[in-house]
Amino acid sequence: MALALSAQANPSNPVRVASKNFAENYLLAEIVAQLLEGEGIAVERAFGLGGTLICYQALLNAEIDLYVEYTGTLSQAILQRPELTGREELNSALTERGIRLLPQLGFNNTYAIAVRSQLAESLGLRNIGDLAEHQQLRLVFSHEFLERGDGWPGLAKRYALPHSVEGIEHALAYQAIADGAIDATDAYSTDGELSRYPLRVLADDLAYFPAYMAAPLVRTDWLEQAPAAAAWVRRLAGTIDAATMQRLNAQVAVEGMSYAEVASAFLDAQRQTLGLSADVAQTPTTNFWPQLAGHVLRHLQLTGLALAAAILIGLAVSLTVFANTRLANAVVYFCGLLQTVPSLALLALMIPIFGIGFTPAVVALFLYSLLPIVRNAVTALSTVDPTLVRVATALGLSRWQQLRYLRLPLSLPMIFAGIRTAAVISIGTATLAAFIGAGGLGEPIVVGLSLNDTDMILRGAIPAAMLAILAEFLFAAVQKRVSRGYQ
Amino acid sequence: MSSLSAEACVAFHGVSKSFGDLVVFNDLSLMLPSGQTTAIVGASGSGKTTLLQMVNALEQPDRGCVQVFGEPIPQHKLHHLRHRIGYAVQGAGLFPHLSARDNVVLVARLQGWSEARIQQRFEELLEAMALPASVAERPPRELSGGQQQRLGLCRALMLEPDLLLLDEPFSAVDPVTRLGLYERFEEVQRRQAISTLLVTHDMREARRLADVLVVLEQGQIVQSGAPDDVFAAPGSPYVERLIASVA
Repeated sequence: MALALSAQANPSNPVRVASKNFAENYLLAEIVAQLLEGEGIAVERAFGLGGTLICYQALLNAEIDLYVEYTGTLSQAILQRPELTGREELNSALTERGIRLLPQLGFNNTYAIAVRSQLAESLGLRNIGDLAEHQQLRLVFSHEFLERGDGWPGLAKRYALPHSVEGIEHALAYQAIADGAIDATDAYSTDGELSRYPLRVLADDLAYFPAYMAAPLVRTDWLEQAPAAAAWVRRLAGTIDAATMQRLNAQVAVEGMSYAEVASAFLDAQRQTLGLSADVAQTPTTNFWPQLAGHVLRHLQLTGLALAAAILIGLAVSLTVFANTRLANAVVYFCGLLQTVPSLALLALMIPIFGIGFTPAVVALFLYSLLPIVRNAVTALSTVDPTLVRVATALGLSRWQQLRYLRLPLSLPMIFAGIRTAAVISIGTATLAAFIGAGGLGEPIVVGLSLNDTDMILRGAIPAAMLAILAEFLFAAVQKRVSRGYQ
Repeated sequence: MSSLSAEACVAFHGVSKSFGDLVVFNDLSLMLPSGQTTAIVGASGSGKTTLLQMVNALEQPDRGCVQVFGEPIPQHKLHHLRHRIGYAVQGAGLFPHLSARDNVVLVARLQGWSEARIQQRFEELLEAMALPASVAERPPRELSGGQQQRLGLCRALMLEPDLLLLDEPFSAVDPVTRLGLYERFEEVQRRQAISTLLVTHDMREARRLADVLVVLEQGQIVQSGAPDDVFAAPGSPYVERLIASVA
């Protein structure tokens, strides 16, 4: 992983701020971004990256400069050294990787067990341990919580909770608990929904859950090269306590405000405390059509480039191997193997090699487009009517002439069908590219998912579907032209 | 123009051929006279097609030697040989994506013939095969079986070959059309006696078109000679049965 030294050398380079793809992380990243922009420092946003490891890897690879991480996540999931707590210990482990954790923002977003306030009152539930005396309570947790080692299994053991539990989709849990369908569920302690429903968070008196203190995670060379920007980010230390974070989250989850609006309002209120200049960055106005056009263009760039590469390379490979059955089978098999890798995983696998953004997305889409093209080409080229091949040989046509005047023309319809399939698959898969910061029509989908905003999701999903349908029609029309004159 | 001589245009010397466990020929020798039509007949599976395919090297003998035009078949650059040999198959085998004309003239074009020469030869062939000029631009699928077969023969004759290999070229058409094809073929041979090897399972056809009849049974030559002689004096029950099938 070569370090892109030149990119960070110049302090006037934009600060590349990333976020994971859940609401709180988007919010904090937006706050950092607007804070810097308000002080005249350019920012590049790589928001909504699909997961902790993608963000972390991007930071290691110098694809980004900063994102907000949590101490518990660092020690448990990333470094896998749960004994490390606190900034000092973590930083001593991070230094050798060129990364540093800045002072905490001021809140602990750890797991919490939430019960209905009314129920908590009537049963006198204050601590998690109190649940042990009420075996009849229906405890239903998110699937992730049930499966994590440091989730339910460890919790039940620690607090000696005998309950049998079930799983539920986290997004549905809140409604379920409010309706009384379930009695307790897992939550994040700063979830916005906690203020929307009458819920009480039970105290973790045995300190089972590790602390997840939020803090900016940055590259040390960025600290050296952009000290002014770093200083501004440090000012956020201790400015957001748990109650504040929850309130901000609630503004997004409950009141439906956009991340940008909430961040802007927060910075406005904090102007004096943080010593900000008069003009905080304006909430970027989102004009629908230009934004849609931008997404569509990026989407077409991703798909178009990947498809072009798949056609060129796929056909070249097919022409080379089709005559050798073993080799041809091996190639088709390999392409099939690529297809079995889940698209998001394939995208993520590209990151250590190509970083985040456009390039890994194009490479992943290219790999995904190979199978339909190669399989169709190889099949068509090798299954030309043997009588015709015999005739061609008897006419004195060389191998190459046979390819050019017989095999290839007869294979074109099938090859074309393969290209058409690859195009439509690509357009659909390209929506996932947003998870690795490549943009395209996946972007509103990814953000919309984290916000639970159906409108926003549709703003990406519908154009993507239309694009796929349009591609189908276009290719079908061209295919008709190409196939004219064939049996 | 082929140089007519009394010597053999094709000679098989001690040829053996097997496909896996199946022995097709064992030590077969045969000479085919130049300037004449030799018909190879026999029941299905007797090896007729394999024999024919060894002449233009579509198949290679396991043992023995095949000579064409007095020379053994070369290992490389077979296209030189193949350009001198016309090949027509059952069903014609025209390329579906090319027009009738493009099918026939393809090899000539690849040989670098001038368009004028190509056009002249094409028109000659159409006339010889009694095909209307209107078929030229049509794709094969729009033409009748008889027309396709005649175009197949045109293609075989395009480069003015010294030898014709015909693998049951008349069998996939109805009897009336077939008679028309016989007439066309005979006309061509009248104008210019091209050495021809005709594989057929139809004894009537062999009797009509061939100067020499060679009867194959399980890869062995059981009788050969002028058709009338063979018909008059069949050498074995097998030959008798073949003759009886058209009586």
